[in-house]
Amino acid sequence: MTELRKRGGGDRDAENISDKDTDGEDRFGLGGEGDRDSKPDTDTPEVQPSVDNTPKCLNKALAGMSSRWKNWWIRGILTLTMISGFFLIIYMGPLPLMLMVLAIQIKCFQEIITIGYRVYHSYELPWFRTLSWYFLLCVNYFFYGETVAENFGNLVQRDEPLQFLVRYHRFISFALYLSGFCMFVLSLVKKHYRLQFYMFAWTHVTLLIVVSQSHLVIQNLFEGLIWFIVPISTVICNDITAYICGFFFGRTPLIKLSPKKTWEGFIGGFFSTVVFGFIFAYLLAQYNYFVCPVEYSESNSFLIDCEPSDLFVLQDYTLPSVLQTVLRWKTVKIYPFQIHSIALSTFASLIGPFGGFFASGFKRAFKIKDFADTIPGHGGIMDRFDCQYLVATFVHVYLTSFIRGPNPSKVLQQLLVLQPEQQLSIFNTLKSHLTETGMIPPAIRGP
Amino acid sequence: MTELRHRGPTEKDLLQQQQESESEVRTDGEAPSDSEIKPDPGVPPTVDDTPEVLSKALSGMSSRWKNWWVRGILTLAMISFFFIIIYLGPMVLMMIVMEAHACLSVSLPVCVSVCLSLCRYFLLCVNYFFYGETVTDYFSALVQREEPLRILSKYHRFISFTLYLTGFCMFVLSLVKKHYRLQFYMFGWTHVTLLIVVTQSHLIIHNLFEGMIWFIVPISCVICNDIMAYMFGFFFGRTPLIKLSPKKTWEGFIGGFFATVVFGLLLSYVMAGWRYFVCPVEFNNDSNRFEVDCEPSDLFQLQDYTLPSVLQSLIGWETVRIYPFQIHSVALSAFASLMGPFGGFFASGFKRAFKIKDFANTIPGHGGIMDRFDCQYLMATFVNVYIGSFIRGPNPSRVMQQLLALRLDQQLHIFNTLRAHLIEKGLLSAIEEAA
Repeated sequence: MTELRKRGGGDRDAENISDKDTDGEDRFGLGGEGDRDSKPDTDTPEVQPSVDNTPKCLNKALAGMSSRWKNWWIRGILTLTMISGFFLIIYMGPLPLMLMVLAIQIKCFQEIITIGYRVYHSYELPWFRTLSWYFLLCVNYFFYGETVAENFGNLVQRDEPLQFLVRYHRFISFALYLSGFCMFVLSLVKKHYRLQFYMFAWTHVTLLIVVSQSHLVIQNLFEGLIWFIVPISTVICNDITAYICGFFFGRTPLIKLSPKKTWEGFIGGFFSTVVFGFIFAYLLAQYNYFVCPVEYSESNSFLIDCEPSDLFVLQDYTLPSVLQTVLRWKTVKIYPFQIHSIALSTFASLIGPFGGFFASGFKRAFKIKDFADTIPGHGGIMDRFDCQYLVATFVHVYLTSFIRGPNPSKVLQQLLVLQPEQQLSIFNTLKSHLTETGMIPPAIRGP
Repeated sequence: MTELRHRGPTEKDLLQQQQESESEVRTDGEAPSDSEIKPDPGVPPTVDDTPEVLSKALSGMSSRWKNWWVRGILTLAMISFFFIIIYLGPMVLMMIVMEAHACLSVSLPVCVSVCLSLCRYFLLCVNYFFYGETVTDYFSALVQREEPLRILSKYHRFISFTLYLTGFCMFVLSLVKKHYRLQFYMFGWTHVTLLIVVTQSHLIIHNLFEGMIWFIVPISCVICNDIMAYMFGFFFGRTPLIKLSPKKTWEGFIGGFFATVVFGLLLSYVMAGWRYFVCPVEFNNDSNRFEVDCEPSDLFQLQDYTLPSVLQSLIGWETVRIYPFQIHSVALSAFASLMGPFGGFFASGFKRAFKIKDFANTIPGHGGIMDRFDCQYLMATFVNVYIGSFIRGPNPSRVMQQLLALRLDQQLHIFNTLRAHLIEKGLLSAIEEAA
């Protein structure tokens, strides 16, 4: 699909050509510029040719077509498969969703670490992979422990060993991390100091990016499935609509880093995503299943049932006069959440692509075509999720800043742990505050 | 401290040997990775920063002893400076910590000019985030009074995130074709540095607010361990400890451990008697100053402990009056002696990896600030985790803030639960409530 280079899209083949350009320039620049970047070219091992992972049945069915359309069909089918899989898991409930997020996180981590390992493996660094997985385990233990402590309060209270683990959770996680740190220091081998430090930093940055953000995704999920589904869907939609708009109308290149992206695709994608987000939010906001916070009930299962908050109750909004003349409606009934969804879609369309550019730059820097070959036609899992990371963090920050306040059960938990004098003083302050605001009538104070 | 741990060749000789052995290794074919960064063009040769006055006074001695004296004098100067600052109070301490870690980030020699401004910008963002959290936590009354501060604090996370994102986008837009890999390395480097240095400075400040003793004792233990291990190594050192730092010895390590534990016990005994050190630092809204005055908690009140029979027969006492805090100080000193050196090994490995002798030349005889603080980082995190796990619960003013931010019906619900809880515990009698 090299002809389609100018017209937007996320085609893989054309990237190869741009990679070769980079190689050629680097070779010319070797002597003259003393560019530090050019030297490592000689020690980067050959990139393995991409393995064709396409299942046999697909291959047979598409045997007749030319390779251009075959590729297009494979991508299309896989896209639909992934989206349906996503909705199926949503239907199955919060626990499969959490497991899915965990699985994706592990796969992304593995892909990035494999790249680092591949770039430097000819030096036989001892312990690198073991240590990386160990650090992944530690950080996951820390984050999932915090999640369990926050959201599974009932479960924790019943079990004695769990209570102990939760109480000293930070200390245990820190001790685990320290052991990893000491193992790293003890494993430093004389000739490979620099490489080992690079790999140490690589592991930590990957953990920072991949693991902490998947943790934020799970936090969003507990706030209500809609806060999980709508952002992810808007990013996927932005990808697809930007590709389609670029395919049909693409002329002006967007950024040197990704020559296949165009301004037409970018802007078209922006508007379609906002509209999509608006409509999709309207659809989802009607169901309690999506709207209510996920809670873990006494009966060992997830409970998603509640009185929807104001955000998810239809309200009348008066249209500004501009829109009134256009649409000839005076007021419109929408969910307040839809207004928030505009903010989310805007972010996904404007800043999400920067995550994609970052990943493209990363691939260029390390001369790889895709992160891995897990998904036929699409590359690795990291390729699919590169835009999602910033969006996940944004949604979390947005939630905590604008939507919800602190979690009442968490506040209560903290209260009960305080010293008795502190509890008393807080009690008195709270009492005066509530009396002031009229929640407690001053005269009546029953037992 | 890179000084002699056992009687052997001088520092310079050792370094030469080290360089020779490493260049031998290089010819063996390790080439590509290390020759990537040849003697960094940016790193100047070691400059002798010793002030004129000292140089004159010590001009008579041989270079080995001169070095020794310079280091000794600077050590004493730094320790006295430390105690003066403690006397001046928490505010100054906070400022010093900020200054120190700003210097640390600048002293890293590898940051190329291309990304220097971005590095500084990220440092600024992360600092803004952390200090905003500190201000929100501890200065809540001050924040509530000023309108612009209130808005900044309410949307603090969002503002910090926006600032960070701007930096991220600038990074992506600044990617230049031929330098991709280098730029990504710088990006990764900046983040790891921020993670290590800035996070832990923030934790140090948290420890400080808990009570100055939680700030002073850990830092003193690490300094003491450094000095004691050096002394023991100097006088008794024979068996090398680890290939990474050939001058460290087992005798120094173990001697330092015991000396530090004893020192910690003594220092905490001395300090626990003063309220100035023991009370949590609070910001008094009315007088707009820091206030360090309170009723010392149980941790800082003398109690009788029955000695185990082993020690009884040894020392001949049955009970001993100590502060419970001293028991905690044993844990802190043990950690400082056992784990602190790992931070030092990490820094040594780092210097070996990048072929630098010292991080910078800020302090004559000692190298850069990072050289002095390399053992402190793990310590700061440990103390913070220790306090959070074993000593205190959540911060009451923060809990109060969160309470007031809840909806009124949620507040009422919590109020009722709390009242029931307090009545159960007997802190509130039902009669009192009705009155």
